[in-house]
Amino acid sequence: MLLGALQFPEIGELVDWKHFGPPGFDKTVLIVLLSCLFTLLIFVIGGRKKALVPTGMQNIAESAVDFVADQIILQTIGEDGMVFLPYLTTLFLFIFFCNIFEIIPVFQFPATARMAVPLFLAVITWLMYLFMGMKRSGPLHFFKVATVPPGVPKALLPLVAFIEMLQLIIVRPFSLAVRLFANMLAGHLLLATFALLADALILHDGVKIGGFPAWSPLAIAPFAMDIAITAFEVLVAVLQAFIFTILTGVYLGAAMHPEH
Amino acid sequence: MTLPIAATDVVIGSKEVLKGLGAIGAGIGYGAAAIGPGIGIGIVVGNAITAMARQPEAAGMVRTTMFLGIAFTEALALIGFVVFILLKFSS
Repeated sequence: MLLGALQFPEIGELVDWKHFGPPGFDKTVLIVLLSCLFTLLIFVIGGRKKALVPTGMQNIAESAVDFVADQIILQTIGEDGMVFLPYLTTLFLFIFFCNIFEIIPVFQFPATARMAVPLFLAVITWLMYLFMGMKRSGPLHFFKVATVPPGVPKALLPLVAFIEMLQLIIVRPFSLAVRLFANMLAGHLLLATFALLADALILHDGVKIGGFPAWSPLAIAPFAMDIAITAFEVLVAVLQAFIFTILTGVYLGAAMHPEH
Repeated sequence: MTLPIAATDVVIGSKEVLKGLGAIGAGIGYGAAAIGPGIGIGIVVGNAITAMARQPEAAGMVRTTMFLGIAFTEALALIGFVVFILLKFSS
């Protein structure tokens, strides 16, 4: 039977990795640590010389900072959001490195496809915007402005306030985490599926003509698709890092300027 | 084995049947969850392109807002995807 040997693995096999080294240590942890290291290195090496005309690593560091400042902070928070520049730049680069490991050979896995990583980042953002909002306008005023939209009829107010409260406390961090997680997991599954198809057509083909697997020329199709998806995943990795950071900016902006 | 005989072999509530039903539900559920966001993202991007064509000097701002809109709309489809994974692989 054609493709008799094609067995799609359980989801656990695609995201779980062999433990090695210290207890609890596996490939996901290694990728997270490497992402931290790369983010750190960019700024340590880039900030060492502080030349007027930047070259090499300093160029990368400065364009990353400029990008976050111009495209994210000024667009969503405004001038007084510049205090968040270090946090948002780090967040952007860290998520980007975690994502880009999806297409780096040997690793081939985005650390953000494990729910723990995006969830923890979302919790940091959540604590941050709640804290900033309460610090700016006092806890009572903050929750009042956030949950009571102007111009709502009195009868509808309890329902609207409940929904807005739910949105502020649960939906925002949850959707922030799930968006990043599901995007990266979906990309990983797509890559794995087409790689598996090509593998099954070449190596596990049941129909043989003179010892040569008869359907193996067809493997060029899933292989080409894998290359196309790899290129697409580069775009997704940058875009998801950008979206996570800009949504953090939007939430912080809403907490800092409750009147808007 | 003919079909009627095969049908009598099915034990309602057995592990295989539950797994199959779970897979059917997961497939239909994800498909249904993708309809709305698909239409929504189409509207968001279409209107963003209209805005960029009318006012090319505002393209940067429109693009940022477009990505925001896509992110919010897409979240529903992604929650559908997560439900699919949960139904398919945890049952």
